[in-house]
Amino acid sequence: MRSAISPELNALIGQKWQRPPLVKRAWLRWMLMIGFAAYLIASFMTIDVNWTRVYEGLDRGAAFILAFTSPDFTSRAGDIWDGMVESIVMTVAASVVGIAISIPIGLGAARNIAPMPVYLICRGIVAVSRALQEIIVAILLVAIFGFGPLAGFLTLSFATIGFLSKLLAEDIESMDRVQAEAIKASGARWMQWINYGVQPQVMPRLIGLSMYRIDINFRESAILGLVGAGGIGATLNTAFDRYEYDTAAAILIIIIGIVMALEYLSGIIRARVQ
Amino acid sequence: MPYHEQNGTRVWQRRTRSESLTRWFGWLLSVAVFVYCWQQISAATTWFFVTDAPRIAGDIWDRATPPKWEYFAQLGRPIWDTLNIATLGTIIALFLAVPTAFMAARNTTPSTVFVRPIALLIIVSTRSINSLIWALLLIAIIGPGVFAGVVAIAIRSIGFCAKLLYEAIEEINEVQVEAITATGASRWQVMVYGIVPQILPAFAGIAVFRWDINIRESTVLGLVGAGGIGLQLSASLNVLAWPQVSLILIVILFAVVISEWVSAKVRGAII
Repeated sequence: MRSAISPELNALIGQKWQRPPLVKRAWLRWMLMIGFAAYLIASFMTIDVNWTRVYEGLDRGAAFILAFTSPDFTSRAGDIWDGMVESIVMTVAASVVGIAISIPIGLGAARNIAPMPVYLICRGIVAVSRALQEIIVAILLVAIFGFGPLAGFLTLSFATIGFLSKLLAEDIESMDRVQAEAIKASGARWMQWINYGVQPQVMPRLIGLSMYRIDINFRESAILGLVGAGGIGATLNTAFDRYEYDTAAAILIIIIGIVMALEYLSGIIRARVQ
Repeated sequence: MPYHEQNGTRVWQRRTRSESLTRWFGWLLSVAVFVYCWQQISAATTWFFVTDAPRIAGDIWDRATPPKWEYFAQLGRPIWDTLNIATLGTIIALFLAVPTAFMAARNTTPSTVFVRPIALLIIVSTRSINSLIWALLLIAIIGPGVFAGVVAIAIRSIGFCAKLLYEAIEEINEVQVEAITATGASRWQVMVYGIVPQILPAFAGIAVFRWDINIRESTVLGLVGAGGIGLQLSASLNVLAWPQVSLILIVILFAVVISEWVSAKVRGAII
């Protein structure tokens, strides 16, 4: 049976086995390694770290970590409460509006149900919304609409549209055509076709994605305050500026707690709809 | 099957009466919550500014165009810094994420009772806090500059990378691990020959994916003083130099598009 073995395998017989490398071509592997090493050296040379400053800061770092063991929820309770309520209000309103707008745009961005012009417009909206980061959009909207939660609400809605429409469109594009066809064959109008043929197929995933997006929106709403767009971020920034680490630790603990609760909740909801 | 009577014939309907009623109340509650939230936002808004917004937007647009192209000469160093923050941050994060992931995965953790909860806590807490907040904190601790940005990106990325990696570890094929174990391999040899080759493609994919996200995030870290092109953005915004702002936004947009393209190419080559 020796002849049945391929020549490459034949050549390997008797040699010591070696693990196959991740990149097959040797020259490419070496090029990547050398290039990477050169880049690392260049970047280390240009980062100037003020080690004495870092060393001095270690005490403050330790103080901050210790602050987590004794967070101060009470002395700024009013500010924390107001900021948190504003963050949650922004999250809820922006998620509702964002999801409501992203459903038609998601339908339009799915190639198998939308005509070409609509498809291009909707894909354009998705691309613009995804390319701009929340914080930059927030800066521009604060400049236009003034300080306050309205700018944050608009920012989060805009970001939700890009995220949710894209994933919804991809889900619609990979749906089972047969079921949609069956509804169409029964003489359904376009709306009925979407409602009974498409919607049941994508609904579980849409709910899961919406829950995930609410989670992201809450996390993002915590930083929008840095640029004046409302929410807990402003309170957090002030706490850091005043070196009130115990208050900052309290805010961070609340954020982590709410994110964990949301994740747990979305896990339950996703398990129920799927 | 739910139905209702109409002129003595049964007509199909989607839900039973009680189901419809529950749904209706659910919707009512959601709408009430939304209206309440909207009223809160509305109360905190100066509506005069909103009605005036189109004029202001047009005004800013007039000021921002055309972008000040010659300012690009001063952006070379900030762009390099941004790249460094993202890349070094990703590398440090991966070094820390690998042990965390092995401790968090059910099939490789040394102890489900003590070690795994700690690893999961690290993952959740680093993931739920945005890199801007980490940067804010690190600037207070170790001073402003690129280094604070690198560390902020690194900490923020640990949770993300470790979560995806430990899910990959939990999905490995146990048969291969068993085969390596059957040859008499030690714990470390099982790791190197049985587990690592199976998760290496996932690992490379995660690294590139996170690098792409980190490029995005590091462009804005400068807003709080953590180095990179965001510093220039913040400086230009502070002096209302709108032509410079528009140029920087164009550069950031390009950086984001290029990094996304690179990451898509590399992931396509791996998978």
